[in-house]
Amino acid sequence: MANVTEMEISRRGVMAVGAASAMLAPLPAGAQVPAPKAVPVTMKVSLEVNGTRRDLEVDTRTTLLDVLRENLHLTGTKKGCDHGQCGACTVMAGGKRINSCLSLAVMHQGDEIVTIEGLGTPEKLHPMQAAFIKHDGYQCGYCTPGQICSAVAVLAEIKAGIPSHVTAELTARPMVTGAEMRERMSGNICRCGAYSNIVDAMADVAGADIAGVKA
Amino acid sequence: MKFDTRAGTNPIDQLKVIGRATDRIDGPLKTSGTAPYAYERSDVAPGQVYGYVVGSAIAKGRIRSIDLTEAKAAPGVLAIVTAADAGPLGKSKRNTAKLLAGPDIEHYHQALAVVVAETFEQARAAANLVRVDYARGKGRFDLDASKPAAKMPEDEPDKRFGDFEGAFAAAVVKLDARYTTPDQAHAMMEPHATIAAWEGDRLTLWTSNQMIDWAVGDTATTLGIPKENVHIISPYIGGGFGGKLFTRADAVLAALGARAAGRPVKLTLTRPMIFNNTTHRPATRQRIRIGCGRDGKITAIGHESWSGDLPGGQPETAVKQTELLYAGANRLTAMRLSVLDLPEGNAMRAPGEASGLMALEFAMDEMAEKLGMDPVEFRVVNDTQVDPMDPKRPFSQRQLVKCLRDGAAHFGWARRGLPGRVRDGRWLVGMGVAAAFRNNMVQTSAARVRLEQDGTIVVETDMTDIGTGSYTIIGQTAAEMMGVPLDRVVVRLGDSRFPVSAGSGGQWGGNSSTAGVYAACVKLREAIARQLGLDPATAVFAGGKVQDGGRSMPLTRAGALVAEDTIEFDKLSKEYQQSTFGGHFVEVGVHAMTGEIRVRRMLAVCAAGRILNPKSARSQVIGAMTMGAGAALMEELAVDKRFGFFVNHDLAGYEVPVHADIPHQEVIFLDEVDPISSPMKAKGVGELGICGVGAAVANAIYNATGIRVRDYPITLDKLLDRLPQMT
Repeated sequence: MANVTEMEISRRGVMAVGAASAMLAPLPAGAQVPAPKAVPVTMKVSLEVNGTRRDLEVDTRTTLLDVLRENLHLTGTKKGCDHGQCGACTVMAGGKRINSCLSLAVMHQGDEIVTIEGLGTPEKLHPMQAAFIKHDGYQCGYCTPGQICSAVAVLAEIKAGIPSHVTAELTARPMVTGAEMRERMSGNICRCGAYSNIVDAMADVAGADIAGVKA
Repeated sequence: MKFDTRAGTNPIDQLKVIGRATDRIDGPLKTSGTAPYAYERSDVAPGQVYGYVVGSAIAKGRIRSIDLTEAKAAPGVLAIVTAADAGPLGKSKRNTAKLLAGPDIEHYHQALAVVVAETFEQARAAANLVRVDYARGKGRFDLDASKPAAKMPEDEPDKRFGDFEGAFAAAVVKLDARYTTPDQAHAMMEPHATIAAWEGDRLTLWTSNQMIDWAVGDTATTLGIPKENVHIISPYIGGGFGGKLFTRADAVLAALGARAAGRPVKLTLTRPMIFNNTTHRPATRQRIRIGCGRDGKITAIGHESWSGDLPGGQPETAVKQTELLYAGANRLTAMRLSVLDLPEGNAMRAPGEASGLMALEFAMDEMAEKLGMDPVEFRVVNDTQVDPMDPKRPFSQRQLVKCLRDGAAHFGWARRGLPGRVRDGRWLVGMGVAAAFRNNMVQTSAARVRLEQDGTIVVETDMTDIGTGSYTIIGQTAAEMMGVPLDRVVVRLGDSRFPVSAGSGGQWGGNSSTAGVYAACVKLREAIARQLGLDPATAVFAGGKVQDGGRSMPLTRAGALVAEDTIEFDKLSKEYQQSTFGGHFVEVGVHAMTGEIRVRRMLAVCAAGRILNPKSARSQVIGAMTMGAGAALMEELAVDKRFGFFVNHDLAGYEVPVHADIPHQEVIFLDEVDPISSPMKAKGVGELGICGVGAAVANAIYNATGIRVRDYPITLDKLLDRLPQMT
């Protein structure tokens, strides 16, 4: 937040004129005038999206999710709630899965972002995308990119030995079990209810015992 | 094509493509994030700007004034539309409340204004500067308090058969129990969204809507423009479950905003607004009375339900299945409707049955226990093969008994123990069963099918795919009929320029829309045969060729041809009761100390006519089972009875099942073809899976704990003080 000082707004001023106008330009503290016509505060940001460097100038209020969808037209990343409650906007940032609606784009200067479009294409599907098709791990398709990004990340997290809430022993390596996958995937809501099939798809990709997952 | 006699053998019966578990043809687009949903069409209508909806902060009353000064002066703002400057607006008969309020407010978060700005951030910021001065009125928000004033709905009179009161009074074994279900939300993953663009007086909406032709008509009615001036495009829909059956505020406000701004407008309802701005499944209060002889045969069955809605609204038809599901010579079903000033109640997946069976199938479990009968056997004893109130009317197919018996065998039902007696470590374990029942409605549906020069078959119909698998079963139907592989078929859906289909609702879409495609393909086959000088009656379409009387020609020889037809259903749907059936089996664990409830196993055995694509049909059923488990265990819109709104209006407050809540689910489809239903011999399956499953969960909880909780959802706080004593 290096630019805060440039904006030179007191906390009292923010409260007095409202959050929107506070973003605009310096105003004397306690100013009561309606917000003047002015351009929004923008910042330059560079992202490495799916291996390509993207130099952007964005409204500082714009989320990473909206930069992907509205500025870059990478609409595979979905907006289901815009509040970090549904997981439809899951992408990888710096190798870790995040809800892209919960961070501002300008917080990701220089970050490597991988979206569903970066995992595979209709012509060249990622193994997880292919497994979702094979196991019918989706219905309406709206949560699907987020589910797939999470599913890829979950298998990597288990492989990396990162424990979860259901891992019995913190010192032992977590295994690809139904319980581990379900727990770690629980931030990705699927209202169509494809959960059972999603776990089958993940088990397939992980080379896990699907019969064991089903038990 | 009129469908008025039982279907004979037809090309669908070949089952080369139909009936095979088939990957969805839209799968590569959906899994790669390249299927474009409504808000994502940056490829159309250049110059799009953003709309943001302002919702009412009161539930009932009047707008004294709206001050737009600050909002209009905010950066990037292009236009603001309120009811005061929207011009005259109509209201479709399918909308209970107005989609743009003012000066009167009918419910909380009813839309008051749309702010249009260059960017989303600007529109949102400016919307927060709209100052509304309200005169709060007195509203009615408490269903229980409203019950005494509830009235019989005009078009849903009480139904009586025999002498219910007399037979119930005389019954040897009786149950008289009351159940409640709460308001529930569709909570589909894609928020309602629309891009609107005007060209002169013609409007195009890229939107998310289950019923294209309704959307055309209702948009036209609302905006006061001719129906032919409205073009609706909705090829991908991120879930609906009934919540996108109707034209909603997103469509109307995008259109009004676009007209005012002179630019195409894209607009989505924010997640926190959806729960109170749009529709929901209304809460019910239900009373069930069942009277039996010692033999377990039902002699009297009565089901009453109370629900509420805005003035001019409709009841939740929770008693409907009780008219048909079980035998019994003396019957009563009745509904009462209160006026409530909560947001609009309307259809959600299996409206009526989903709530009604949560009570009825709970009551059947209680009654079986009173009789000392196995709950499976009690249902079997009371099976009926005819409409109980019109015994001349048989069910076209009814395999409920087989669903239950096969399910019991497969699930290991015989191992079920006495209530509260089975332990697995700290978990009390129980099994529950319930019948699934949902009618098979059939609807007029049209399609256009084209043979291209290169042999590709193109199907066009305004049918929608809301996750149901319409693209694939329609493609399979055309492939089967035209004798080509599925990958030679292109399916185009969800555009009002295409022939009008049944649309997606009431689990009628799959059977009806494929029957429409069947009809169009019959016509195209005739045109091709004639073009090739073959006899349309005997020509065989297979392997990309047409064969007749020793002659064989490639389809492509016929050149480009197009045919269009409509399937229309007639008296068969009245002479026979067409319904779908299932048996739900659920095992739960209830933590002996905390009351935490975990679903351990779920099985549904379904009989729903020919299953066109077992892969996507199974997904429909498991998805509905998931939603039903949510209804049983967690879903409840909490009503603020002082201020009149649903408090938990987002996806953190309104809890729906997540991965960790749902075990592996099993579905078995019984072999069934129903020649009464359509040439496809299929029936609906999209809603069957949610019917009864909630009661199966509740019955399993009883079997695990010995506790009956008749108020859904069954959360652990309702168990805690009644859990079996720890030894």
